[in-house]
Formats: sequence, structure tokens, C-alpha cells
Amino acid sequence: MTAAPAPMRIVRGERRRIDVWLLVALLGAVPVSVPALVILGYLFAPYGDIWHHLAQTVLPRYVLNTVSLLVGVGAAVLVTGVATAWVVTMCEFPLRRAFEWALLLPLAMPAYVVAYTYTGLLDVAGPVQGTLREWGVLSPGDWFLPIRSLGGAVAVLGVVLYPYVYLLARAAFLQQSVAALEVSRTLGRGPWHGFLHVGLPLARPGIAAGLALALMEVINDFGTVQYFAVDTFTTGIYRTWLALGSPSTAAQLSAALMAFALALVVMERLSRGGARFHHTGGRYQRLPGYRLRGAGKAAAFAVCALPVLVGFAIPACALAIWAAETASQVADARFRGYVMNSLVLATSAAALTTALALAVGYALRVRPRPMAVAAARLATAGYALPGAVIAVGVMLPFAQFDNALDGWMRARFGLSTGLILSGTIAAVLFAYMARFFAAAFNGVEAGLAKITTSMDAAARTLGLGPGRSLARVHLPMLWSSVLTAGMIVFVDVMKELPATLIIRPFNFDTLAVRTFEMASDEQLHMAAVPALAIVCAGILPVIVISRGIGRGRPGHGAASGA
Amino acid sequence: MAPESLPDDALTLEAVSHGFGAVRALDDVSLTVRTGEVLCLVGPSGCGKTTLLRLAAGLEAIQKGRVHIGSRVVACADLDIAPERRGVGMVFQDYALFPHLTVTENVIFGLHRLAFAERRARAREVLVQFGIAELADAYPHMLSGGEQQRVALARALAPKPHIVLLDEPFSGLDSRLRDRVRDETLHALKASGAATLMVTHDPEEAMFMADRIALMRAGRIEQIGRPVALYFQPATAFAAAFFSDMNRLEGVVRDGRVSTPFGALETRLAEGTPVEVLIRPEALHLAWAPEEEQTEKHYRTVARVLAARLLGRSTLIHLDLSQHSGAAHLHLHSRVPKHVAFGEGDEVAVTLDVSQAFVFARSDAATDPVRG
Repeated sequence: MTAAPAPMRIVRGERRRIDVWLLVALLGAVPVSVPALVILGYLFAPYGDIWHHLAQTVLPRYVLNTVSLLVGVGAAVLVTGVATAWVVTMCEFPLRRAFEWALLLPLAMPAYVVAYTYTGLLDVAGPVQGTLREWGVLSPGDWFLPIRSLGGAVAVLGVVLYPYVYLLARAAFLQQSVAALEVSRTLGRGPWHGFLHVGLPLARPGIAAGLALALMEVINDFGTVQYFAVDTFTTGIYRTWLALGSPSTAAQLSAALMAFALALVVMERLSRGGARFHHTGGRYQRLPGYRLRGAGKAAAFAVCALPVLVGFAIPACALAIWAAETASQVADARFRGYVMNSLVLATSAAALTTALALAVGYALRVRPRPMAVAAARLATAGYALPGAVIAVGVMLPFAQFDNALDGWMRARFGLSTGLILSGTIAAVLFAYMARFFAAAFNGVEAGLAKITTSMDAAARTLGLGPGRSLARVHLPMLWSSVLTAGMIVFVDVMKELPATLIIRPFNFDTLAVRTFEMASDEQLHMAAVPALAIVCAGILPVIVISRGIGRGRPGHGAASGA
Repeated sequence: MAPESLPDDALTLEAVSHGFGAVRALDDVSLTVRTGEVLCLVGPSGCGKTTLLRLAAGLEAIQKGRVHIGSRVVACADLDIAPERRGVGMVFQDYALFPHLTVTENVIFGLHRLAFAERRARAREVLVQFGIAELADAYPHMLSGGEQQRVALARALAPKPHIVLLDEPFSGLDSRLRDRVRDETLHALKASGAATLMVTHDPEEAMFMADRIALMRAGRIEQIGRPVALYFQPATAFAAAFFSDMNRLEGVVRDGRVSTPFGALETRLAEGTPVEVLIRPEALHLAWAPEEEQTEKHYRTVARVLAARLLGRSTLIHLDLSQHSGAAHLHLHSRVPKHVAFGEGDEVAVTLDVSQAFVFARSDAATDPVRG
């Protein structure tokens, strides 16, 4: 008998009074949802005179423009995204493999950067009109495409946001049964019939989810519509906040916009079903590979080339040329300051948000209590909220806290504490965490889901507590998920404009803010250097996503002995 | 069965009940595993056997009842010691080897209570014992299924736990490899002297591994005892049918007997009770009908062969007894060792081994011989 019985000992109170992991989940998740809750609260606050004024003057225009923008961009991204996804997935034509990832490149371009670039290219003094005048095709004063218009905004947003539909539609086309398409062909139906009656209906959930994500970006957009002077809810919130100085009205406008966002969230949740943002890979399906000839080949090539040219190649080249022209003027010590500000903000936000997401995600794994799960779900709602709405939702409670503390300190000690939280870097970072928590959380959660629960059980029975298990088992297996999550937050923060504009400390400029300001001052060429820096950062996630697509191909399957 | 308080009781579960929402996974289960003993929990999927194992490990929070390890209470109403403080070793169905660690690092993982210098030596010792020393620096994905299983067992046994828990440890292996790995595992567990609680859904595996078997069904222990007892003295129809295929006849108790084509079987069940008679296929012995004269022998009848199929170590013979029994349709299976030369249509004499014919009261709940 090798097992000596342990001495008689009954340890009481081992079950802790305070559940640390439940506390971590709640303390991590609840604060991030504060901005959304604050805005919701203002739905029930009294509606002041300014609201009536707005309702009678600008509100109908906000509604009309926002809805027009959603409908127009929706149609544009649907047609572009679905057509490119189908052609690239199902047909054989020159450069098809290159287009698979090149079609994602417009994701790297912030919409406002594309807007500034095309304005620079197409306005009266720009190269396009200039050339046309030189050729005598266009006379001074003739009508020309008005890029700074609702139509222009639809075009710019459409060409930048179609990759969302492309990605999910393509994943759906890849996952669906090729046999169904083959049956359609053996029954004597051609590729078009297969597309309309088999491919499209099966991919509908994925396409709808991609559409919802693209439309969330539409209502989040501030830079494009502000620059094109298309009044939407987002610009309205910004103006009401800064110009009219009416926080509660801005909050109520935000609440109205939130209704749009929530409708999109519901649409995305309902339609997503099994659709995934990244192709899950593993199985390689032989696709029909319709061999195209002559005109068909040219058409397929054009369908794929056009969005890449318009959405990435042309604006990127223009930016590069302008940046080369203006680099010596722009790249001074102050510019290095903007770069540093952007990098520090984006890195800190990425680190904080990912750490928070990891803490909450792991705490939920250790203690999947309904309360904690609900709190995490609420916290991830931030991704649907436009930056302007998050900004208002952060500024209002921070200002109230500052005022309350200041008042109390003055009454009690005769000291004025002034503004402690409002207009600080901390406030900006908190807004980023609220806005991008979902992006990090979804990445971490997907990574954790790949680790079977028996790994946890093995670590525990081998003598490690939950905290040490995280450090020694989960984290080493999660690194790539954590880094990807951090990178996505990093890039989103680099691009972020409205929340930064509203919350940032006085005179604190980032690359995005600087780009916006220079473009607003009609110094479009000068804006090229900071804009190009943002685009370079934006390429990072595109590379990661396209590598995910590549993993769905044969020859990439990792050897597994299980 | 009440837990016996022997000094070498290593793991005791006392009146444990457990539910998941509305589902009752365990219903007042008590069980003791003694030091050095291998106890197999066997039963159809969903019978609660894995829940019981997880409660013993502390991976599931106790709801009702008590768990003792040695003489120490580790889980009861106001106490639930974390799994990392219970000193149990566990082997998982998917092995749960840490993919980012080498074989040696996996084994060392649980040795943090040893002095630093001793860890590597102990890991080495265990790897040699399991014949996988040459895999010391390999990563789990480079190993075959059988090698992964050995590493998982080595990792669980390296800290010398007093209790080893195994959750379907062989289900990931193909059948040939399984036999060999089972054999090695049994001897390694016995050599370690630990108390072993193993979950399986495979009755043959349970009989191969176990000193005692606890047969579970719908959250309760149906029968617990030595394999021989469960096989030859099944307490219920479910227990009888779990360990082999069964021929099933129905009848009613008349004068303390149940009539069958082989003659009347004695029973203590009350007069008029509807019963089922379960007969193991190997309890039907066959002989050429013409060879022996038709004397009045006990429990014997004549049948016609419908089909005979060699299954390797034994032959399964399908018999039609309707001619001599008077029943409209009576189809029974007989299993005989080795190959026999009966062919379709042959007349054979069938003798029943009464010790393997079991009579149970019929109830709808008890009649389905559910197999895991």
C-alpha cells in the first residue's frame, strides 16, 4: 500500500466568500458598456428647446441623408462584394489568385482619406479636369462630376467598404456544397442559373452579415460626410456638441443613431448563423472553376480590377506622389510628434483593450455565470456604436464626475480640483476601449474556444490554479490570437477620427486628426504624408486576413497526430 | 451500496446527487475505491459516469453529498477543495497534452512540488517506465495516438498521485492498438498502487481492466461488484443485457416456474408476474440432432439452423425454434467457440445452460437492453 492516508483534516471555508473570477468578469465588462448605457439613459431625459429647433430645421435632413447613404452604400457594396466574391471563387481567369487578396486592399484605406484623394484628383484644379481642359474636352465652368455630394459619399464609402461583403460572401461560397452546384449543372443548368438559384440563396446569411458590418461603418463615418458637407446624424452630433454646446441634445441625437446601429446588430446576429469572418479552413473543396473565354474572361478581370483600382491603387498612388512632393515640408519635428502621439495612443489602447478582453474572456471560461456572460455581451455592443456616440457617452459622465468632485472638494476643503478626467488621454483611451472592446474580445474568445476544456482540467489536476493555468497553458497557446486582436485594435485606433476629435486634450493631434485638419483647410497634398502613414498601418490586418484565406488551401494543413 | 470504512479507502463518494438545470445527472450515488484497486464506471452515454469522475476530481462543483480522499473530506455542502489541491492524477479522452510543450515538459508540468533538480530525473524515470524515453523531446502533434496516450498516462502518474482518474482513455485508439495499450495501462496502474477510477462505455473494456465494476444507469448505480458477479449474477435485466447480446423470451410465472421451449425455469417471483427470460448466446449448446437419441433430457429441444457465421474466435448460429416450440416465430442466437460446420437448414439439438438464463419481472423501463 503506497498511499498513506492523509491526516484527518477538514478545511472549512475553502469556498471563497468573494468569487475573484466572477469579479474580474464583471469589473472588466461593466465599465466598457457605460457609454452605451449613458446614451440610452438620455432617451428618457427631458427634450430641450434645441431639440425642437433641430427637429424643425436640420433633423429631417439628417434622417434623409443618413437613410440615403445607407441605401446607396448598401446597394453598392452588395453588387460589388457579391460579384467579386463569386467571380474569384468560382471562375478561372488571369490573376485570379492575386485578386483573392488584392480585393481586400481597400480595407486598408480609411474612407476619409479616399474622399480627400478623389477630391484632389477630380476638383477644378485637379489633374483630371486639367487634362480634360487641355484636350479641349472640357471648358472652364462646364458641369463635372460633383464629388463633394451625397453621390460622391456613396461612391467613396461603397468602394472602401465592399470588402466586408466580399469576405463573408466568399467564405459562404467556399463553405457551401459544391455538389449542389454540380447537381445544378448535371441537370442542364448553366453557371448563371447556378449562381442565382443555388449559390446566392445558400450564401445569403453570410452576405447579410457582411452588409450589416459595412453599414455599421457607414453610420460610424464622420470624416467623409463632414468633408463632403453631407449632413448626417454623425456630423449633427459633432456640430451639436461643439458648436451648439448642448451635450444633452447631442446625446439624444446619439440615441437616435444608436437605434440605427442596434437595428444593424440585430440584422447581423440574425443572419450570421454559421457565417464566419475568417474562412475556417481545413477542408479544401474543389470548386467548379468555370473556364472563361474571350469576353467572359475580360469581364471577370474587369469586375475584379475596377474595385481594386478605384478603392486602393489610384488613391494610394496619388497619395504616394503627393507625399513625395510634400514630404520635406511636412515631415518636421511637429510631424514626428503626431506620429508619436498616434503610435503611443494606438499601442496603449491595443495593450489595454486586449488585456481587458483576455481577462474577461478567461474569467468567463473559469466562471461562466449567466450574469457575467450577459455583462460581456453588453460590453461588446460598443462595436456597433459610432465613434461620435461613444465620445458623447464618455464625455458626459466624465464631466459630471469632474464637476461633482470639484463641487464637493470646494464645499469641503475650499479646493478646486478642476477637470481631472475630461479632456485627458485617459478619457481618449477609455473611449477606444469601449469602442473596440468587441474586436479584441471576439478574437480572444475565438482563440480560447480552440483550447479544449480538458486542457484546463489537465492543468488543474496537475496542481495549477486558474491564474497559473492561464500563464502556463492558455497564454502560450493564445499568443497569435492575442497579437491579432491587439493589432486590429491598434489599426482601428490609428484610423479613428470622430471620438478622437471630440475627446482629445487641447492641442493633442494624431495622424488622423492632422489629416482631417489639413484636408479641411484645403491643403490636400499636405495631408498625404499623414494619410499614407495611416494606410501603411491599415495594410497589416489585410495581410493577416488574406493569410487566413490562404490557410483554406491545400498544402497548409498542419500535421496532426490526434 | 453504503461505503465501507476500510482503512485503505482511497476515494469515497457519499450520497452524491448532481443536476444540470432540469437534468438529473446523479441521483444519490455512493461509491468507494480502495487503494490499489481499479474500479470501472460503466454505462450507456448520459448515465452520469463522467459527472461522477469530474466531481471526484473537483472539476465540477459539488451540489449534494460528500467526497472523501483518504480520510479527508474534500467536498461537501460548505467546502469544495480545488482540483489542484486534491492530488489526483487524471487522463482525458482527448489526452489534453499541452501542444506547446515537449513530452518531457508535459510530464514535468505536474512535478512542481519536487525540487528543481529532481523533476527532470523523475520525468526521465517515468518515460523509461512507459517505453517512450526516445520521445522525450518530441512535441505532442508529432506522436501517434498510442504514444500520446502513453504520455498522458505518464504525465498523470509522474507526481505519484494516490488516486488516478481515467475518462474513456482508450476511445481514441483503433481496436488493435487499444488492446495493447489497455494491457500496458492496467499493469502501470497496478504497479503504481494508486486507487483507480476509470470511466468507459465499453463493457468488455471494463471487464478487462476492472477489479470491480460499477454499472450506472440514469444517474444511479445499477449494480456494483466483481466482474464475475455482474456477469453471472446480474441484479437486473439491464445489467444482464449490458455485458453481452441476449436472447429474450417472454412469459408469465405459473406455480413458481416460467415455461420456455427448453422446459420450465424456476423463479421466486410471485405467481402471475409477467417476466422476461434473458439467455446468453453462449448458454445455448448445440449438437447434431441425429447423433443422440431423443431421450428426455433437461432443458433440451430441437431447432433448425437459419444461418451460421464465423466471427473469428466464435461462430454465431441463428436458430429457428418455431417448429418444436409451437410459437409462431422464435428466433434465437447461439454462440459457440471456434468454427462449427452447421449449415443452413440443419436440424440441431439445443441444450440450455440454466446458470446463464436469467428471469426478471417485466417492466417497460427494464426491458430495453440499452447498450452504450
